[in-house]
Amino acid sequence: MASIAELTPKETPTWCPGCGDFTILSSLKNAIAEAGLKPEETVIASGIGCGSKAPHYVKTYGFESLHGRGIPAATGAKLANHKLNVLVVAGDGDTYGIGCNHFMHTMRRNLNMTFVIQDNAIYGLTKGQTSPTSQQGFKSNSTPTGVLEEPVNPVRWAIIAGATYVARGYAMDINHLKELIVGALKHNGMSVVDVLQPCVTYNKVNTAPWYNERVYHIKDHNVKDKEAAMKLADNEWGDKIPIGLFYHEKDKPTYEEGIPQIAKQPLKDHDISNVDISKLLLKYK
Amino acid sequence: MSRIVNKFSWKVGGAAGDGILNAGLQMFAKTCLRGGLQVFATAEYPSLIRGGHNNLDVHVCAEPVHSHTKDTNLLVAFNKETIDKHKHELTEGAGVIFDGDNVKVEENEFDKKVRLYPVPLLKLANENGGKVMRNTVALGATMALLDFDMTIFNQVVSDNFLKKKGQGIVDSNIKAAKAGFDYIKSTQKEEFGWKLEKQERENNLFMSGNEAIAAGAIKGGCKFYSAYPMTPASSVMINLAAQERNFGIVVKHTEDELAAVNMAVGAAFAGVRSATGTSGGGFCLMAEGFGLANMSETPIVMVEAMRPGPGSGMATHTSQGDLRFLMHVSTDEAPRIIIAPGDIEECFFRTIDAFNLAEKYQMPVIILTDKFLAESYATAVEYDVSNVKIERGKLMTDAEAAKETDYRRYRITEDGISPRAIPSQKGAIHVASSYEHDEHGNECEDEDNRVAMHDKRFRKLDNADKDIDRPKTYGDGDLNILSWGSTKGPVLEAQKLLEKDGIKTKFTHVVFMSPFPTKEMTDLAKDPNLIIVENNKTALFAGMIREHTGLEIERKVLRYDGRGFAPEDIHKGVKEILNGKKEVVFSRHGITRSE
Ligand SMILES: Cc1ncc(C[n+]2csc(CCOP(=O)(O)OP(=O)(O)O)c2C)c(N)n1
Ligand code: SF4
Repeated sequence: MASIAELTPKETPTWCPGCGDFTILSSLKNAIAEAGLKPEETVIASGIGCGSKAPHYVKTYGFESLHGRGIPAATGAKLANHKLNVLVVAGDGDTYGIGCNHFMHTMRRNLNMTFVIQDNAIYGLTKGQTSPTSQQGFKSNSTPTGVLEEPVNPVRWAIIAGATYVARGYAMDINHLKELIVGALKHNGMSVVDVLQPCVTYNKVNTAPWYNERVYHIKDHNVKDKEAAMKLADNEWGDKIPIGLFYHEKDKPTYEEGIPQIAKQPLKDHDISNVDISKLLLKYK
Repeated sequence: MSRIVNKFSWKVGGAAGDGILNAGLQMFAKTCLRGGLQVFATAEYPSLIRGGHNNLDVHVCAEPVHSHTKDTNLLVAFNKETIDKHKHELTEGAGVIFDGDNVKVEENEFDKKVRLYPVPLLKLANENGGKVMRNTVALGATMALLDFDMTIFNQVVSDNFLKKKGQGIVDSNIKAAKAGFDYIKSTQKEEFGWKLEKQERENNLFMSGNEAIAAGAIKGGCKFYSAYPMTPASSVMINLAAQERNFGIVVKHTEDELAAVNMAVGAAFAGVRSATGTSGGGFCLMAEGFGLANMSETPIVMVEAMRPGPGSGMATHTSQGDLRFLMHVSTDEAPRIIIAPGDIEECFFRTIDAFNLAEKYQMPVIILTDKFLAESYATAVEYDVSNVKIERGKLMTDAEAAKETDYRRYRITEDGISPRAIPSQKGAIHVASSYEHDEHGNECEDEDNRVAMHDKRFRKLDNADKDIDRPKTYGDGDLNILSWGSTKGPVLEAQKLLEKDGIKTKFTHVVFMSPFPTKEMTDLAKDPNLIIVENNKTALFAGMIREHTGLEIERKVLRYDGRGFAPEDIHKGVKEILNGKKEVVFSRHGITRSE
């Protein structure tokens, strides 16, 4: 198990002071430490965005891929070496916009990976455009008269698509968020933590005070009940916003478990020095 | 008239969905192969599941054969359309097998003397297991005309069906073939002009370009293949998927090409040999992922089987039109290795090279084929793999990584290649990034760093240039011919035709397109009589030679109707050029433009 100091590299974050990404980062590092992941056996993949710089700020292996492509890159790494702890950390634009196709399909695969989404309902890095989670009517430089579409409901999407651990956290509730991520890391299957994140520079609607007034910890909810989880995700967004674990399905087989080729050892450790193909060539004689 | 032995071209045609391609490949061509003969087979089929016109050419010779031919000696026609479409390809004395109960044909419909063999295909099929047996009846009739050994055929049938479908299906196929065989033998008046004879066989293989690429990938240690189906690349995935449990490979059919390339990159980052494959449309979606592999210096192999475009183009046809696209694909400038194999042997061995080069130079390697190569079948002597080496370049061992105190994933080195660590290794934790980065992998926009990193990445290509095979030459003569990739076979056959006319040629064939063979192309393009052969409209490779050498190639033989060259096209094209033409363009009807 690594200490927080061991998980902290020399690089310092370039985020705006007060950005929710800072607190998400510290919850993430605390969770990695608490869940006992070895840094060298952990990969954090990301996309492109403010939040996607996170791999540079945690001393584990990291892969900062392309906008929206953190999930497939992570999937490739996981299948190459399923002994690794693989996480994806990316923004809401990255995940529910450009990378949405990967998001939906990855949920139904149920790989044993953890996905933390820094959901600030805005495109931060490109300086303040509307995101798929921006509220209807939200005004931004790309939607000066307000967004016409209804927003994506990440919790509902994740559950419908087949994720087996689905939670919503809040960046400023550091300890609670850490607990959710620890739970996600310990879960054997696809875990998703959508994190409500203030962007102090570009999102002047969903600010920390706005969230502080609204968020409450989920209580008296049966996390095994899919329907109840979806109802909770659907009905409560506005004056009251539930945070915590919505859905947890424990015994669904993972994708990796369905691949006998890697049952004995990860692909990475297969001997490729002299593959015997003589039997294969018989087919062509 | 004496019969022509072991030089024969067979064509079968009919509606798509009738299973004629499979019957021709798996039964007729295989029988020839087992009889010790050399075979080249190529099919033409529409992008439809049922209906439309399908046909398969099988060219059988005693000596190695590199291409189909325009001439047909025996046509098996399952419908009238096949006869109408292909009657001009029949040679003097050629035969036509058709179902006399359904198709009416007169001898005077043909511009040459042909022999008509009406065989009640459907009736005999129905008497021997049902309509699907029509193909087998026709194959039996073919064997009878050629006087070829039925015992080999029966063995092939048994190998084909016994495991998959059982003894019953084997027996009815053998009976159906015999019915076709006997029908010809009892009705035939004169000997057919062609004959196939068994010969002492070498240990030959018969496979398609894509099958050879899949086999090469397996031998080359590929452990992960992620792709999205797209003709004509799909059968690489399908062939690997069929073997994934036998060889411990993971094949992932992804949600799209974006996922396919990025998964392959992720898998390579984590330390396995990985690849993806697609056609031009899919590669458009992979463009950014290609750049990611480049920037993060992650070794992946990408197969691109070209088809005519732009847009969806012609899915089941061929073209060499994506060369420029692949030479430049990616944002900004990015070094790459591009390999365009010319035949199935090169598909196999160059795929192994591709995996070695990707890891040695830590960059994406593209294997560039097209429908003609990917889906044509040919004989090759069983691959001698005794010299195959798996070279993983500067991939560090766990012990080496553990010794690092200040590991720099992108260390600036003389050869541009940095020692590479993979997740799970202690001591070498790092972040790989698609952003420009410093030696440690941290994002960095400093000017001097940018120049150093961009130069470093390009230095790898300079070193790769010293490591790759040079263009090869075939034959010798005063007349230089140049081509690249899949046109190799038709040019080799055209050389034989030219030689018969007393024209001796020296053929240079390019497989490694990048790093560009500047020196060889400079020497060659200085020859004002050089003729280039390309399966596209604007002679893309000639354009690249001009770019790299400043030399213009004026004499071109081109074809861009979605079909591959027949050797006869190139033969004719070269002769046109010797008569003073500069650019000769072909299609099915022969020369369409000559100026
Ligand atoms: C293919 C592609 N399109 C567009 C961009 C530009 N771009 C970079 S980050 C970004 C959006 C960032 O928003 P989000 O994913 O929510 O992350 P945040 O910056 O808010 O953390 C965009 C559009 C890109 N890098 N690549
Ligand atoms: S723009 Fe917003 S999301 Fe990006 S660093 Fe600044 S506060 Fe954070």
